Amino acid sequence: MNFVAKIFNKRANWAIPYAIFLAIFVALPLVLIVVYAFQDANGAFTLQNFVKFVEQPEAVNTFIYSIGIALITTILCVLLGYPAAYILANRKLNRSETTVVLFILPMWINILVRTLATVALFDFAKLPLGEGALIFGMVYNFLPFMIYPIYNTLQKMDHSLIEAAEDLGAPPMKVFMKVTVPLSMPGVMSGVMMVFMPTISTFAIAELLTMNNVKLFGTTIQENINNGMWNYGAALSLIMLVIIGITSLFSDGDEQNDGESLL
Amino acid sequence: MATKSDTIIKIEHLSKSFGDHKVLDDINLDIKRGEFVTLLGPSGCGKTTLLRMLAGFTNPDEGVITMGGKDISGVPPHLRQLNTVFQRYALFPHLNVYENIAFGLKLKKVESKEIEKRVRKALKMVSMTDYEDRDVNSLSGGQQQRVAIARAIVNRPQVLLLDEPLAALDLKMRKDMQMELKEMHEALGITFIYVTHDQEEALTLSDTIVVMSEGKIQQIGTPIDIYNEPVNSFVADFIGESNILNGTMIKDKEVEFIGHKFECVDSGFGENTAVDVVVRPEDIYILPNPENGDFSGVVKSCTFKGVHYEMIVETDKGFELMLQDYNAFDVDATVGMLVKPSDIHVMRKERTCNTFSGVMTSPTTVEILGTEFECKDQGLKEGDTVTVRVAFNRVELHDYKEDGKIFGSVHFILYKGDHYHLTVKTEDGDFIYVDTNDIWDNFDVVGISIDKRDIIVSKRV
Repeated sequence: MNFVAKIFNKRANWAIPYAIFLAIFVALPLVLIVVYAFQDANGAFTLQNFVKFVEQPEAVNTFIYSIGIALITTILCVLLGYPAAYILANRKLNRSETTVVLFILPMWINILVRTLATVALFDFAKLPLGEGALIFGMVYNFLPFMIYPIYNTLQKMDHSLIEAAEDLGAPPMKVFMKVTVPLSMPGVMSGVMMVFMPTISTFAIAELLTMNNVKLFGTTIQENINNGMWNYGAALSLIMLVIIGITSLFSDGDEQNDGESLL
Repeated sequence: MATKSDTIIKIEHLSKSFGDHKVLDDINLDIKRGEFVTLLGPSGCGKTTLLRMLAGFTNPDEGVITMGGKDISGVPPHLRQLNTVFQRYALFPHLNVYENIAFGLKLKKVESKEIEKRVRKALKMVSMTDYEDRDVNSLSGGQQQRVAIARAIVNRPQVLLLDEPLAALDLKMRKDMQMELKEMHEALGITFIYVTHDQEEALTLSDTIVVMSEGKIQQIGTPIDIYNEPVNSFVADFIGESNILNGTMIKDKEVEFIGHKFECVDSGFGENTAVDVVVRPEDIYILPNPENGDFSGVVKSCTFKGVHYEMIVETDKGFELMLQDYNAFDVDATVGMLVKPSDIHVMRKERTCNTFSGVMTSPTTVEILGTEFECKDQGLKEGDTVTVRVAFNRVELHDYKEDGKIFGSVHFILYKGDHYHLTVKTEDGDFIYVDTNDIWDNFDVVGISIDKRDIIVSKRV
């Protein structure tokens, strides 16, 4: 009893359950991915999996295609999300908190349900499923993740900075370009991270919205693992992780320049 | 002085309300070219709103602002020939010191060589040379304020607006910056309009002080005028320390207060008129022998204030006076006191009793302040519009708001030597003035009631 009490008294010990959880469900799988990626089917060390990726034009193409789709989705999300966030954060244009909730509301619904609903919508409107439907579905699914961080930075922005710019002779458009946009960049960057990273690895949305006609990198990984090619699948996952890691490093650098923290 | 005489900004009948709250009420003000004007008042008096209207961030409900003869109401801020120094600096965090200062010039498409020259000159003016490449977030509060000033003056505005620019700095820094601002004003020769709630700052810096309260201008004048000749008890209380007392003007050049008659220099008030009398603590001479002097008293407390001692003396007729002297006097010592005629300042009373307009709801009830009060039957009928008068000392205040007919909060307290004169703001925003011996604090919530015998109703013609 005394022993248990001692453990609970020390605040650092409260983290133990989380540490165990992290070790089993985050750290261990990552280690396994790395280990599997450098092994052949018999468990011997090899680089064959990576050589296979580079030599197979199909896999490389899917990879580049996936990045392209993710980029298009992200750019569309920025173009649609920024004005929406700007309107929501502007007290003259939007006085109610409810409107903000309405924009965030889709996030409360499971992503697969939303995607199936999109499929049904396309069927109903007699629109063909395929690449267009895929981009539509991804933008629709991930737009709230872009709007919210931008809305947050815009809302927290010191209004006197805008007044200072006006005072110094900046007409409304210049105020927007020279003050509002640069100061909201941290929000845009975290929005980009929250859209780009999941879209690059998505596969379920792609399957549903393209009737399996368009293959994304996530699909390739899933297929390999489903077919028992654990080592090749792990290598592909590792490549994707490295790419995502590199992009997040880029955005970290940007945030430091802006002198603002991400979240 | 001929160059200083022409008006650069003219404000006429300016009013503004936020909801039901009237922030500015019929403001009229002329500002001369090259003048250092200070808008002075407690928080919520409308001074910042007035400044924001000059800058163009807020539009007036009524009234006109003209600058250089042209009506600028409705002109957006970026087209106005003035620049603002903001209270919390408002420096752009994504730009360095140089880029912040060059912001306005770049917008005006000034040549880059010229920009560089002017930015360096502005930095020199605020003693921030060699700080060009610094990140603004790495600067101290005082340095940020200097950059903010440089960013405004580099555009060579005709008028510089300063919104409590020194409020966030510590005392020592504030004193230094005050001197620098004054020098800067002289060197630039442009008009400064300065907003502050610090009366000492206003007295130090200004050519002209505009004292504001409750959205109205109370007094406009030079620092010396405002200090020596306050027009009402609010100004006298707000500027410097003062003894504000009830008095009676017996005849021209003779006034009675604290139970004694004094010779004074004021005239034209009529005979036996109730007035407010202001005597500054440093203008009361204190003498060790009670036989000398106009009146005597007992020292109640004596506090060392650095250069002088501040003493509270209870006079022979039971009034408390604050006075200052270089010498300390013992507590409980009996002393004599003397006031020179020219140091007695007499002011007309703004009001001698509470006056409300009301409607009779029956011969014995009257509706004032949004509530029905009982009153004596004076032969008036239901529906008659009436004027209701209540003496200051006839309003009763209660600790609990439930004990009163209506409630309000203590808005302003004036000590009159032997009693307190309170301004109480009711829930509907009306003011009731109360004389009381009880001690209340600002913002105390009080219940208010008035005995029916003390409600004096007269029919309005």
